[in-house]
Amino acid sequence: MQTIIDKALAGERLNGDEFLALAEKGDLYQLGFLANAIRQKKHPEPMVTYVIDRNINYTDICISACKFCAFFKAPEDAAGSVLTNEELGKKIEETKVLGGTQILLQGGLHPDKPFEFYEEMLRFIKGYDIHIHGFSPPEVCHFAKLSGLSVREVLIRLKEAGLGSIPGGGAEILSDRVRQETAPRKCSADEWIGVMEEAHKLGMRTTATMMFGHIETMAERLEHLDRVRALQDCTGGFTAFIPWPFQPDNTVLAHLPKTTAVQYLKMLALSRIYLDNIPNIQASWVTQGPKIAQLSLFFGANDFGSTMIEENVVAAAGVGFRLSEQEIRTLVEEVGFTPRQRRMDYSLV
Amino acid sequence: MGSLPFCAMAWHRQTRERNQMEQMIEQAGLGDILAKVKNGERLSIEDGARLYRSPDLLAVGYLANLVRERKNGDNAYFIYNQHVNYSNICTNLCKFCAFGKPKESDQAYEMGVEEVKAKIRERLNEPITEVHVVGGIHPDLPYTYYLDMLRGIKEVRPEIHIQAFTCVEIAHLAELAGKSVEKTLLELVDAGLGSIPGGGAEVFSPRIRKLTCEKKLSGEGWLEVAKTAHRIGLKSNATMLYGHIETIEERLDHLDLLRKAQDETGGFLTFIPLAFHPKNTELADLSKTSGIEDLKNIAVSRLFLDNFPHIKGYWVMIGPKLAQVALSFGADDMDGTVKEERITHMAGGESGGHMADTELIRLIREAGRRPIERDTLYNVIKTY
Repeated sequence: MQTIIDKALAGERLNGDEFLALAEKGDLYQLGFLANAIRQKKHPEPMVTYVIDRNINYTDICISACKFCAFFKAPEDAAGSVLTNEELGKKIEETKVLGGTQILLQGGLHPDKPFEFYEEMLRFIKGYDIHIHGFSPPEVCHFAKLSGLSVREVLIRLKEAGLGSIPGGGAEILSDRVRQETAPRKCSADEWIGVMEEAHKLGMRTTATMMFGHIETMAERLEHLDRVRALQDCTGGFTAFIPWPFQPDNTVLAHLPKTTAVQYLKMLALSRIYLDNIPNIQASWVTQGPKIAQLSLFFGANDFGSTMIEENVVAAAGVGFRLSEQEIRTLVEEVGFTPRQRRMDYSLV
Repeated sequence: MGSLPFCAMAWHRQTRERNQMEQMIEQAGLGDILAKVKNGERLSIEDGARLYRSPDLLAVGYLANLVRERKNGDNAYFIYNQHVNYSNICTNLCKFCAFGKPKESDQAYEMGVEEVKAKIRERLNEPITEVHVVGGIHPDLPYTYYLDMLRGIKEVRPEIHIQAFTCVEIAHLAELAGKSVEKTLLELVDAGLGSIPGGGAEVFSPRIRKLTCEKKLSGEGWLEVAKTAHRIGLKSNATMLYGHIETIEERLDHLDLLRKAQDETGGFLTFIPLAFHPKNTELADLSKTSGIEDLKNIAVSRLFLDNFPHIKGYWVMIGPKLAQVALSFGADDMDGTVKEERITHMAGGESGGHMADTELIRLIREAGRRPIERDTLYNVIKTY
């Protein structure tokens, strides 16, 4: 343990075995102190950032039917819907009134909308002059499959239509065993990483997420972190990493126990410690609530993520935390940091 | 040292790990407090203020965790209990309270003795070991009502431990009975009272009491009732309601008075910091306590109250997530399964009213502690 702690404190990279030893034996304080020391080194300025944006889910119709998802509607389910341009426009206007700088645009894998539908949606939104952080890798892969275009071609056309950056959703656990068991129709780990690599090469920044605490092992979490770290070494295109625990209510996996706060804080700290090349780590207040999110700032997080003027996916899994911009600012100030609004690329507003 | 066998080396490794943590405590400017904690020396009020004001939450928590570990090892306790709030009718109407109502309010309620007995009877099939009975300062329920309620509970469930009536209620009952606090307590014990909960302490400062709960029993009065109870052999708990208009110095004065009382009697079992919930109170414009503040209060009380065996992270008040984390910040108790708790819920407490024992056990285990089901007096019922 001591060698590992010394190594991490010296700013040296940990290997997989060291990660697993730390995950198994590290207590809350060892992980917290380490993650906090690393965050202080990377972010010496006493500041915590957040972005004002709205999650717009253009459709809940999805052919993927992932076992951990409480949001989707199967294509044959009459309750599923697609947002109209009018609805989209109204949501964007409301976002701008609240000082929003971006739209987080994500949706289900719709069975038959043509690729042009998405390009038009981007052009329509771009008419409102707002940054579009949209289409996670599973959506991009889905568009490629439907249109017969390569991932690279899809990304080029989306970028031309107004896409600014790509959210890190749909990563779940980047291990094919876990994906086979929980989301067999979703893109593979290789495909997910592949989309991000192409996007980075096209000059688009992206985030990466990890949804943990369901059927995966610690070694599979490590595999996930490893893949993200390796791609970051190659491209440097990830702005942030966002780990959040699986919320089981209303999903096929509802029988699984919820990740506890202590386990969340440990995983957050481990992410900060292991991902030595990712500048920003986000707290997940939407799953953890304000108190634990505030505590996250001592366990490696330097960013409060988004104000989420609208959020549907986690809410569908029975978790109801909501915070206003003012509440986020207060939480940050109580810890002794200055809250600052940022954009997707972490430039300050 | 390289030639030492593995286990002999382990001591050196652990010592180096500890030293690294201690270096971080020193960097946080708390090295002298660490030395006191290691030597088992009592902390001063100034030490307490520095801990409250330290921006380094992890350092403060680490110190409290050392004390917790020394006092309670890996044990984390919970109890299978039932709450009965027999009436919310109250003449005190404290500004921080959303529970108490005047008698004429349409939200006012009171349970007859039969109703209380029915509540106990409803759950006879559950392994409940304690019933926690608290209510308002009722203007006209007679003294006999309280005695009858205790006897009634015992009649339905003779083996149950009754933890009932805060010091504020006890003082009120003594007045109703026209007897001394001691005589009243002896009669209550005779009727079935087993121990006294820690409520009603709020913040002892006369300034705070004048501003928020003028009609309530004074801090001095509260401590006097608690000490009297201890002298006749009763155990009790103590609380502090933080996060409203009190200062750090007022909190520390409160803790200091408790520490002195405990030096005298040794009758306190557990200290429970209570987070103020503003919703539906007269202080509704104040904000809720933050997670940092909740953990600081757990940690500082663990460090300051060196003569209290237990510190509780009451999940109903701070939420199960933070209560779990609190087990690493000085707390060794999560309270219990509860059920039908009304006082925090009236003030917008968001935690569900009931937690299964299996969930408590899981939270404790995942925090790295040994779950122990206890009875009121901390006798072990079962180790999980």
